[in-house]
Amino acid sequence: MKKLTLEMMLSAAVVALGALAFNGGAQAASDQVVIGDIDDMSAVYADVIGQGGVEAVKMAIEDFGGSALGKPITFLSADHQNKPDIGASKYREWADQSGLTMLLGGSNTGVSLAMAKVAAEKKVPFFAVGAAGSSLTNKDCTAYTVHYSYDTTSLANGTASAMVQNGGKKWFFLTADYAFGTQLQEAATKVVEKSGGTVVGSVRVPLGTTDFSSFLLQAQGSGGDVVGLANAGADFVNSLKSANEFGISATMKPAALLAFISDIHALGLNTAKGLYLTTGWYWDLNDTTRAFGKRYFANTGKMPTMNQAGYYSATLTYLNAVKAAGTTDSDKVMAELHKAKINDMFAKDGYIREDGVMVHEMYVMQVKSPEESKAPWDYYKLVKTLPGEEAFGPLSDSTCPLVKK
Amino acid sequence: MTTIFGYPLPVVLGQLVLGFVNGSFYALLSLGLAVIFGLLRVVNFAHGAFYMLGGFAAHLLLIWFGINYWGALILSPLIVGALGVVVERALLRHLYKLDPLYGLLLTFGLAMMIEGFMQQQFGSSGITYPVPAALTGFYKLGFMVLPIYRAWVILASLTVCFLAWVLIEKTKLGATLRAATENASLTQAFGINVPVMVTLTYGAGVALAALAGVLAAPITQVSPHMGTSLVVVVFAVVVIGGMGSIFGSIISGLMLGFVEGLTKVVYPEASTTVIFVIMAIVLLIRPTGLFGRD
Repeated sequence: MKKLTLEMMLSAAVVALGALAFNGGAQAASDQVVIGDIDDMSAVYADVIGQGGVEAVKMAIEDFGGSALGKPITFLSADHQNKPDIGASKYREWADQSGLTMLLGGSNTGVSLAMAKVAAEKKVPFFAVGAAGSSLTNKDCTAYTVHYSYDTTSLANGTASAMVQNGGKKWFFLTADYAFGTQLQEAATKVVEKSGGTVVGSVRVPLGTTDFSSFLLQAQGSGGDVVGLANAGADFVNSLKSANEFGISATMKPAALLAFISDIHALGLNTAKGLYLTTGWYWDLNDTTRAFGKRYFANTGKMPTMNQAGYYSATLTYLNAVKAAGTTDSDKVMAELHKAKINDMFAKDGYIREDGVMVHEMYVMQVKSPEESKAPWDYYKLVKTLPGEEAFGPLSDSTCPLVKK
Repeated sequence: MTTIFGYPLPVVLGQLVLGFVNGSFYALLSLGLAVIFGLLRVVNFAHGAFYMLGGFAAHLLLIWFGINYWGALILSPLIVGALGVVVERALLRHLYKLDPLYGLLLTFGLAMMIEGFMQQQFGSSGITYPVPAALTGFYKLGFMVLPIYRAWVILASLTVCFLAWVLIEKTKLGATLRAATENASLTQAFGINVPVMVTLTYGAGVALAALAGVLAAPITQVSPHMGTSLVVVVFAVVVIGGMGSIFGSIISGLMLGFVEGLTKVVYPEASTTVIFVIMAIVLLIRPTGLFGRD
């Protein structure tokens, strides 16, 4: 019996470790545009970008005409399973063997930080679209990284300042216990304190926790009036649900530091109504965003998240830079990218700064109540538009060594 | 204010109540695992997937047939249990003569297939399942508010655990079951159809997982991943209680819920690890688990 138990546990561990699978990559010539996408395709963040991102990239390639520099564009995609080593080794493999010329990085800051190191080593442009961590353009910046749709700084500048202005002065943080959560809490703390609020406490919750009620009771006991949710995906959804169930939303205002439209869709407006959040894009902002949203919806049956829209825009931005440079040579393409003005369905006069931040408007939104929502996916009302410089902070604040001071 | 080890009493009490809720889930799930392991010697790695299917069955019964929570509480375990019977008859049955490792590998693979399929169909964000109208609202306990639904979860799972224990330990059917566990061929010699019993036991264990899934549906999102992280914890609970020990798995399920609740106050970062630390210690001191027999 004893031997059996131990054997079981050991073999369970081996099985779990062995459950690694890869999608295959194709061989390609080096003078051809090869776009790669490494993202969480099968776990908690799969609805944020995932297969929907693949669809967005395909739309962008099609809209560009399907070929660049006279040759068809190749597109590869792989699942990083939220493991940094898998993301980095796939990136390296594609760069070495498949002639990769540009990589789109999906969700998970931890994986993107590992992939940024490969970008510097292999000199293949890396568009971090799904990762939030601002360190990608600060201490971990590279000459080949572009941080595209949002970051922890812009999220904090949006939601935290809006909450404090609306009277939420005393904050308690419920933080995901890894790089993303801690960077988000740090950024939000700065904003809260700068705007005249205080932080009364925080609790670090391990990733993958299923029951948030204990942590929310601690928040309630803190005497704060805002509970800042520095988490994402399933963690965010479950913590907001518990906050409602335990009546915490009645005494404290929940603030979503990162929420995607897919999360709001999953929660339903009854649970999410009144919530403040910050987003880099929303389908119902203007005619261009609506047109893209509707096209995407026709293909997938869902409205795109800001990161799926970001995938589309990033792919086109890159392809336009290749066209302008007349080559896939990384340094020449990066030079074009830093010169470009990005005007499309995603950004208005967006530009890529020396430290890699794609500076563009961010939007503080409030989730509508079921009565206010007129149509399916009609979820947000615009509270405030943050100009790019205000959202992402001045370049002088960047600690990226590439920024000349 | 009264304090316990420097923590205010209301905070500690609140965490203990919540620990009790989580412990009820652990108890219900580990009970199913223990029953299956006891008779089949199969480490049922698909338990988390069946738990998830229980939640999804409740959701689909609601949106396809308009069957409410109370109906789902009965139908969903029956449907998922029937699926378990098919799995046992078609797949597991062929592995009993082999090393138990094969059963583990088969159920692990099965869990991945089921979860992958559900993700393909329903996405990863999950779906909200409404709290039944009769159980909305909360009790004010003074030191905390306890949602009525959570109180119901404690009541329901303790009742089911108690009934299962009575059935196995105090009835003739239970006695036959235990006899088959001890010596299958001898039991068969007495004219008892052991293979049918094995099939039904697996179905019942799976149905318990599905029942837990229905109970969990209004609390967490119904999502393809809801069972993944839980099943690992429940395995640790079963190992701590003693593999195959019905009573042990119920008691250790509740106890570990408490310990986890307290860890969330004292050192939250360790709350998902504390059960595994306890498991390691128990394995070192009592390798058969707290209530296990050699």
